[in-house]
Amino acid sequence: MRILGYMARAGGLLLLAALVFMPRWFEPLLRPLTENGAPAIYNQGSLLDLTLAHLGLVAVASIASAILALTLGIFVTRPSGAEFLPLSRTIVNIGQVFPPVAVLAIAVPLVGFGTTPTLIALILYGLLPIFENTITGLREVNPTVIEAARGMGLSARQRFMDVELPLALPVILAGLRLSIVINMGTATIGSTVAAKGLGEVIIAGLQSSNTAFILQGGLIVALLAVLIYDAFGLLERAVARRAGTVDA
Amino acid sequence: MIEIEHVSRRFGTTLAVDDVSLTLERGTITAVVGTSGSGKSTLLRMINRLIEPSSGAIRIAGQDTASLSGEELRRGIGYVIQGHGLFPHWTVARNIATVPVLLKWEKARIDRRVSELLELLQLDATVYANKYPHQLSGGQQQRVGVARALAAEPAVLLMDEPFGALDPIIRSQAQADLLALQRRLGVTVVLVTHDMEEALHLAGHIAVMDGGKLLQFASPAELLARPKHGFVERLIGTSDRPFRLLSLRSVADAVEPGDAEGRPVPDTTTLHDALADLLWRQATSLPVMSADGAIRGRITMAAILARAGAPAVSSPPE
Ligand SMILES: Nc1ncnc2c1ncn2[C@@H]1O[C@H](COP(=O)(O)OP(=O)(O)OP(=O)(O)O)[C@@H](O)[C@H]1O
Ligand SMILES: [Mg+2]
Repeated sequence: MRILGYMARAGGLLLLAALVFMPRWFEPLLRPLTENGAPAIYNQGSLLDLTLAHLGLVAVASIASAILALTLGIFVTRPSGAEFLPLSRTIVNIGQVFPPVAVLAIAVPLVGFGTTPTLIALILYGLLPIFENTITGLREVNPTVIEAARGMGLSARQRFMDVELPLALPVILAGLRLSIVINMGTATIGSTVAAKGLGEVIIAGLQSSNTAFILQGGLIVALLAVLIYDAFGLLERAVARRAGTVDA
Repeated sequence: MIEIEHVSRRFGTTLAVDDVSLTLERGTITAVVGTSGSGKSTLLRMINRLIEPSSGAIRIAGQDTASLSGEELRRGIGYVIQGHGLFPHWTVARNIATVPVLLKWEKARIDRRVSELLELLQLDATVYANKYPHQLSGGQQQRVGVARALAAEPAVLLMDEPFGALDPIIRSQAQADLLALQRRLGVTVVLVTHDMEEALHLAGHIAVMDGGKLLQFASPAELLARPKHGFVERLIGTSDRPFRLLSLRSVADAVEPGDAEGRPVPDTTTLHDALADLLWRQATSLPVMSADGAIRGRITMAAILARAGAPAVSSPPE
């Protein structure tokens, strides 16, 4: 089973590298999808540049989402912040329910075209899984363990940093993973407001009815999402093993 | 010495602990017993200020516990709870080192102390020091919990139903280990338990609580002989009283000169177990041997039975 996993991972990576670095290789495969001699391989920019820009967009948005959602999640699980839980939950939920396209439509008149409105949409959209998992992770820490930590004389800060946070980390990471993967796909809409990213390839395909472009852009985004999802899964398991929640 | 003076604790409208005064001598084991909700844990947790008293004062070795910060106080007091509460993401060694690390001991000193404790609690350091709590049996986890509580050499050890989660065989082993450990270290132990048997077996003094009040504070023998009328009597269970009384004394207290047939019983056996032995073997007397194996006399059924009755002077009716 393990061998199969490694092979699938290596295969995915190779395919991704080929799509980004050697797009010409796929010309024979994609050619039948084009009409009237349209180009089969995206020719309006470097796929590598677009992939890096896409990853950068998602990375910045996810880091910002994570900082916001973690801070909020930690705050509302402290006794002093407990009363803000319902309010915070409502706000975060709106961020998730409000479609990113609508956020773009509202943000563009306010902040202009480009990366900024896209980041706003992605940050809002990515909050919920991290926020909810932070709360769940911290709440699920065995109360006996916290009681023991208090009884040993750990300060509130030490209890949080040394005990609660490490024990909640696997669950928090699961939320982060979900958020990143969702945003990997969602980031493609940024191209409608001129944010650089893989959405450009897909949109170019849509505008010129070029299925080959759509497939190319879609495949790269999907492979990125799957591989990152998988890498995070490995990380989570390593962290959970260290947290003593699963056997080594 | 722990002095508890007119201590009360209120939670909203419930008075969890109601004006309790108690003095626990240094180097003794005191058991706190009572039904669920009687305020045992609350009383215990007020000693290390996990719960602050609503009124009253607690002094340890003459020092008012309120004069320290709660964290400082707790680092100086061992605390063991049911279900051990070991940190699952830390190894056994790191768990045991919790308080020494908080106290910023040097690494070499911490390492030495951890090995010492592992040995004291009969856990092979080469096997267990780097294991995680979930890789240990319940009994081993419980021992690591005790080692962790003793790590910084506290003078006081608080235990809240420490053996509650163990099966009967492991539990009696853990009780024996605690007795030996306490004698060796001379630490003052306060033990909350549901189990009257456990209290009678381990404690030098027993505090009986009901509805937040301290009903009686007495030695096991005293408690059995003269239980306060009502709740304490019911808690002890009148039908078992003679046998419990016999459990408190050893054959050495009742040995008499003379010969007897059969396999000798050690003089450290409780009278309760000696009686069981006599009954099982259908004998009226058995030889008694001391620790070195020498025969020092015999134990008779009559001598045991004579010690199973109510003391001559019973408490005046209330
Ligand atoms: N933090 C708290 N908030 C409110 N009420 C509490 C709190 N802690 C204890 N109580 C109440 O105080 C009373 C005594 O509780 P305590 O835990 O001391 O009992 P206990 O004798 O240890 O019981 P058990 O044997 O079930 O552990 C109970 O009525 C309980 O509901
Ligand atoms: Mg209790």
